[in-house]
Amino acid sequence: MKLLKITSLLSTLSILGACATPVAKIDYTNYQQSKPKSILVLPPINNSPDSKATYGFFSTTTKPLAEAGYYVFPIALVDQAFKENGLQNPPEMHQAPLNKLHEIFGADAVLYIIIDNYGAGYKVITSDVVVTAKAKLVDSKTGLLLWFGEATASSAETDNNSNLSLVGLLVKAITKQIVSSVSDQGHVISKITSARLLDPKPNGILYGPRSPMYLQDKF
Amino acid sequence: MILIIQGCTTNKQALYEWGSYEDLIYQSYATPGKQSLEEQAIKLEAEYQIAISKNKALPPGFHAHLGLLYFQSGKIDLAQQSFIIEEKLFPESKQFMDRLIAKTTKRRP
Repeated sequence: MKLLKITSLLSTLSILGACATPVAKIDYTNYQQSKPKSILVLPPINNSPDSKATYGFFSTTTKPLAEAGYYVFPIALVDQAFKENGLQNPPEMHQAPLNKLHEIFGADAVLYIIIDNYGAGYKVITSDVVVTAKAKLVDSKTGLLLWFGEATASSAETDNNSNLSLVGLLVKAITKQIVSSVSDQGHVISKITSARLLDPKPNGILYGPRSPMYLQDKF
Repeated sequence: MILIIQGCTTNKQALYEWGSYEDLIYQSYATPGKQSLEEQAIKLEAEYQIAISKNKALPPGFHAHLGLLYFQSGKIDLAQQSFIIEEKLFPESKQFMDRLIAKTTKRRP
């Protein structure tokens, strides 16, 4: 019983450690005024050499944002709407004027994502799979920047480091879970990068109106 | 494991039943044509049944995506119904869904 208490205390501490983000604070003034209910995620721009990156990552972005409490526009329909309007690739889509986006989708905010690393072989240890992405959230009516952030995840994260141990376990668990059905490891790691990038947390996306945590963010 | 994940995101239950929804979309891009539109729709219909049996909500976009699959396989009425359900469950989608519903109406024989 006592042991149980101690372990639970320890795990609480390590969780706090894992979640602490000692970085510069984001200014949420615009975000709190804008109060977006819905987010239009554009197909991410891919700066990595792996052509699978855009959709490998794009398909992991709905879950964190929807669970955060937002309406997230269905990605395949969004992608198709762009293509029907003559915009075939993400860099073109990211250039679309906000008023046009607002007219078609009626989204409150638009999320622009850029993938900098995706997949294996980007560093010395070629077997590592790394996915790095940055994002900015913009009010679709005013064009004001609401939030920006960046995140990375790697298959090389191990449980040697106390702060990374939980994440390492998570990586392993997820990898194990889908490695058999998916050959694209970049997609597997994208799920973790995406959660790190888009889950509500200090300096992260705020909770949206569909979450019971709405307006209860800790800064 | 679950406890650990929740430790970082506060103690709350997931809002939605995700099933294989996101992976299905991923597969449709990663290996296009591997699964027919009908097969994909059947999988989502099964997810729908699972969610109902668990009394859980389906994520935003789920019904709209199913509508897209129906639309692409020529099931225009089913497509329109799905877009209407999406709009009803998520009024935030109204503007976009109305466009799609109008499109299905045009496509009707």
